[in-house]
Amino acid sequence: MKFGVIVFPGSNCDHDAYHVISKHVGQPVDFIWHKETDLSGFDAVIVPGGFSYGDYLRAGALARFSPVMKAVKEFAASGKFVFGICNGFQILCEAGLLPGALIRNAGLHFVCKHVNIRTENQYTPFTNELKEGSVLSIPIAHAEGNYTCDDATYQTLEENNQIVFRYCDETGEITPESNPNGARSNIAGICNLDRNVLGMMPHPERACEELLGSNDGRSIFRSLTGAIAAAAI
Amino acid sequence: MKAKVFVTLKPSVLDPQGKAIHHSVEQLGFQQVSDIRQGKYFELSLDSSVNETEAREAAEKIAADVLANPVIEDYRVEIVQ
Repeated sequence: MKFGVIVFPGSNCDHDAYHVISKHVGQPVDFIWHKETDLSGFDAVIVPGGFSYGDYLRAGALARFSPVMKAVKEFAASGKFVFGICNGFQILCEAGLLPGALIRNAGLHFVCKHVNIRTENQYTPFTNELKEGSVLSIPIAHAEGNYTCDDATYQTLEENNQIVFRYCDETGEITPESNPNGARSNIAGICNLDRNVLGMMPHPERACEELLGSNDGRSIFRSLTGAIAAAAI
Repeated sequence: MKAKVFVTLKPSVLDPQGKAIHHSVEQLGFQQVSDIRQGKYFELSLDSSVNETEAREAAEKIAADVLANPVIEDYRVEIVQ
């Protein structure tokens, strides 16, 4: 199997994602420059964090027009896996691959700390090694992570179990205090209807080594690897 | 010809920046200002060969596709000779 990590001008979490796939997941991985239009040969593509196009206009607003994004849409439509982390999540929402939008944190501050997220849906390729209720400690680092959507969209997300992660306290309780950015219903990550596209604001690629404070991110990458292997059969 | 595009947050969307600005304005003594919301303003300069209808059409499409995120923003276009 092969993973790809897209690199936009301004992406800065691409190397962390590459490192995790290469060293911890132990699978072939390549960087994909944003002008690339051919994603054949990849099983999963990571849209990494950072400040693509300097977050100019809106975070992710210009990256969505990069040539590679047309290929990413086709890639997703064909059922392959797309994993958007932080800026990647913002780009996927701007590109219409995921519903809703990420706006400025309610408290206005750039928040950089470990948070707890609760697994809301264990039946996705990204969470199949977790159980509903599993709490992961994952760092966030963002100023525009406040997930918002209209009521109709929210209802759809709920009805279709598209909410995958919610901010919670250490015991897994969803509380206002555990919400670092004002996100609607403490939403930290969602998936599309087909569950092959996931976007999350926290950085699981920064939670794969004890030295960095948490190993909890590994379960997400293991889940995805397992899903790719299963899809190949 | 110029197209002026005003992009504003939908009324239902939280605007903490607007609130922060409002707070400062209140501190300056303007108690009569009850709320401030921040938006964006774009000026598109168009070729002289473009007529008003074409200018409006292009500006509306650019506003809808790029300048505004329809999930959270509304836009308005003004054409100026």
